[in-house]
Amino acid sequence: MPQIAQIAETYSSQIFWLLLTFGFVFFVIGLGMVPKVQGTADARDMKISGDLDAAKAAFARADEAEADYRTRDAESRAAVQAMLAQAKADAARDSERKLAAADAEVASLIGVAEARIQAASNAAMEQIETVAADAARDMVARISGVDASEEAARNAVKAALAHG
Amino acid sequence: MAESGKIDPMHQFAIEPLFGTGHLSIGGFNIAFTNSALYMVAAAVVLWIFVVGGMKRELVPGRWQMAVEYMTGFIKSLLIANVGEGGKKYIPYVFSLFMFILLANLLGLLPLGLLGLHPFTFTSHFTATGILAIISFSIVLIVGFWKHGLHFFSLFVPHGTPLPMIPIIFPIELVSFMVRPFSLGLRLFVAMTAGHVLLKVLAGFVINSSNAGIGYGLTVGSASFILMIGISALEVLVAVIQAYVFALLTSVYINDAENLH
Repeated sequence: MPQIAQIAETYSSQIFWLLLTFGFVFFVIGLGMVPKVQGTADARDMKISGDLDAAKAAFARADEAEADYRTRDAESRAAVQAMLAQAKADAARDSERKLAAADAEVASLIGVAEARIQAASNAAMEQIETVAADAARDMVARISGVDASEEAARNAVKAALAHG
Repeated sequence: MAESGKIDPMHQFAIEPLFGTGHLSIGGFNIAFTNSALYMVAAAVVLWIFVVGGMKRELVPGRWQMAVEYMTGFIKSLLIANVGEGGKKYIPYVFSLFMFILLANLLGLLPLGLLGLHPFTFTSHFTATGILAIISFSIVLIVGFWKHGLHFFSLFVPHGTPLPMIPIIFPIELVSFMVRPFSLGLRLFVAMTAGHVLLKVLAGFVINSSNAGIGYGLTVGSASFILMIGISALEVLVAVIQAYVFALLTSVYINDAENLH
């Protein structure tokens, strides 16, 4: 086995060249170049995660804007509904009031008319009584020759009219 | 090796100086540039080319940049899973460790022998894996004592240990802790060595049985060859898994140092 057989004459050369080459590898490549390579990879990872974060934030903002829009939409819908209801109620109340006023006017007109009719019919009744009393006095005078007093004739007519 | 058709499955692990540097030395220690060192340099260079391709730093990555970032991201998630957020500062070390071992394992599996070259897997040498294990273990010790001081020793007393048990538990935990660098280094070395030996033994079967006659070649040889194809695929998997295990265990040990229990 040369590893053991040659150890006495080769160990120093093995150690020397290994330290030299591995030293080069460690100091030049490991310390000099690897951090730069790793730095590039880290910077890229950072950029990717930064971009992802930005995209996520933009998504969140978009969601927020949409939610905002939805609430505003709902709010304005509710406001319009309220306005509509208010207008309806106002209109109903207004028409009710106008109707009531018209009713009252009509009722008062009817009352006045009825009173006039009553007065007219009373006046007519009065005239009928007067005419009937005159007629009754005439008839009494012609039949019996007695001049009946106006008052008696009137009372008799009233009684007769009352009996119908 | 080439003694009358004899095939030595261990020859692939032999270290030989290249370019006449056999006597290069510093302070009396031989530092010959060997085939092992060549593969270490190759792993480092291939890794450098790989990572350079990922340095374009574009916001929308190309394939190559994607691959490099995938590897660093893989190590990052490994450390975060095992150590937590505090594990991020170990990304450079664990990445270097994982990729260096991975490329060493994979480069050693390249079929360069077909071109007459000598493919070599330096992670099949415990002199190499041992150093990596000791580095990982030293980091654990340094971080542990730096962050927690002597409180780091509470690592050896698991939560809820009854007081009379502590004198027994403490040495056991200490030994299991001290064994870590050995298990870390030996696991990789053994896995690589075993896989490569197995492949070479089977390759030897193919060659020797074919030399013995056409009947042997068609039966034993083709069966061994089919098995080799499967085991080669398995070895690629092992190359990745062993690199991953090394990095994973290192991060688990770092977790001990960072967070105690």
